[in-house]
Amino acid sequence: MLCQECGKNKATVHLTRIKNNEKTEIYLCEECAQKKGELNLAQDTLSLHNFLTGFLGGGQPQQTSQTGDLVGVSDCPRCGLSYNEFREKGRLGCVQCYENFEEQLTPLIKRIHGREEHRGKVPARTGGLIRKKREIEKLREEMEKAVREENFEEAARIRDDIRKMEKELEG
Amino acid sequence: MPLDKRVKNEQSKWMQGKGPMSDVVISSRARLARNLAQFSFPSREDGKQLHQVRDKIRETLKGLQYKLDFLQMEELPELEKRALVERHLISIDHATQGPKKGLAIDKDQMISIMVNEEDHLRIQVLFPGMQLLDALRLVDEVDDRLEEKLEYAFQEKWGFLTCCPTNLGTGLRVSVMVHLPGLNMTGRLQQTLQLVTRLGLAVRGLYGEGSESAGNLFQLSNQTSLGLREEEIIDNISGVIDQVVEREREARQYLVKEREMDIKDRVWRAYGTLSYAQKISSEEAVSLLSDLKLGIDLGIIKEMDPAILSQLMVFIRPATLQRINNRELNELERDIKRAELIKKKMVGGG
Repeated sequence: MLCQECGKNKATVHLTRIKNNEKTEIYLCEECAQKKGELNLAQDTLSLHNFLTGFLGGGQPQQTSQTGDLVGVSDCPRCGLSYNEFREKGRLGCVQCYENFEEQLTPLIKRIHGREEHRGKVPARTGGLIRKKREIEKLREEMEKAVREENFEEAARIRDDIRKMEKELEG
Repeated sequence: MPLDKRVKNEQSKWMQGKGPMSDVVISSRARLARNLAQFSFPSREDGKQLHQVRDKIRETLKGLQYKLDFLQMEELPELEKRALVERHLISIDHATQGPKKGLAIDKDQMISIMVNEEDHLRIQVLFPGMQLLDALRLVDEVDDRLEEKLEYAFQEKWGFLTCCPTNLGTGLRVSVMVHLPGLNMTGRLQQTLQLVTRLGLAVRGLYGEGSESAGNLFQLSNQTSLGLREEEIIDNISGVIDQVVEREREARQYLVKEREMDIKDRVWRAYGTLSYAQKISSEEAVSLLSDLKLGIDLGIIKEMDPAILSQLMVFIRPATLQRINNRELNELERDIKRAELIKKKMVGGG
């Protein structure tokens, strides 16, 4: 048998890997096997995904139909991804998947991030209205801080700004 | 046969060894994950669609002020792709998997944008030393410019939508590469890294598995991306890095004061081996270069550029080494050329 890596030399090294209950066997020649072991950069993505699929597969066995799909969870209408495929790979297929699997994703996302709602950047063009709302929220926080620090003039100024922005939002 | 090179420069800006806290912090990285709303994520899209994604992004990038070179991954020779991984400009997956991938990089190799990796866009900025805030500012600016032309996948509740839910929200992953020989030699490394993990950061050895790492090089990064503002994510990680740097410096001072002969012996032995070795493996080289860098940072070795570690840790790796020598090398040849290159760099040449 020839080395699966270079396809030139005779394979003398036999590696067996078990990942997600799937066994893969690799046959390599001495040189390629060494090369594979040569100061490999650690892969964070790999461990992260293992971790995630562990998350998804763990816990209570879910009720499945004969085909193995989760009962009551239909495939994503846009990209066709099934919930089972997501559970296996830990990857979603498209924007629509987030809506389609929202019920299943919500607790998972909370477990991963410890939080449920985005508070960061809002893109200028795609998120015009949301951006305004966020700015107001941020100003509110600043106003409360100013009040706490008994900096009332500043607080009043921020309050006026907020009112102005809220009017803009309504109009 | 000389190698076909599309990216001429082997040197990235982050390898300069400068920047704040550069005695401990090698580099700072900020990376944003973004997707285009009208296409499925790369793994669910066919070649034709991915081609369109790449063209669209390439056209948008052309109009920006950053003077980025755009490369189609399938046109790059294998060695070139691996060398890009060695310089941390692309991921291993980007070098090996999937069709119609693209890469945009600037001349200094500070900005690198992966197209059709796991997400349509992975915008990355790499700086030398501890410069996370600057990295965030630049990556944010590039992102703004792109968003002027591209419709991003974004929603109010979950923010930027990504292929893997671990990147959801800000889509921001920041990481800092640190060199921790002092903590290792004083036996405080594991304890410190555990603490870092408890404070919510992910830790991995740069080379090898888990918390063992050749060259005492570790990468610390944020674990979560949803629910915090970008600046808060940076604040959190910076706070932890400050602590790590502080502890590492303390450990080094302890070594100089209490174990001066041990440390000097170790540094000069590394110097000796690196100066006279006729052939050397990358693993041995990285670990000796770590000792050498410590010696330079502590003033034991004078008049040597502290950037030697940042540069050589990349230059001695297989693909980059072959590119520097402009030909393919087998393993033994690599070990010989590696030893030659290190010697040359140590006397200030090359």
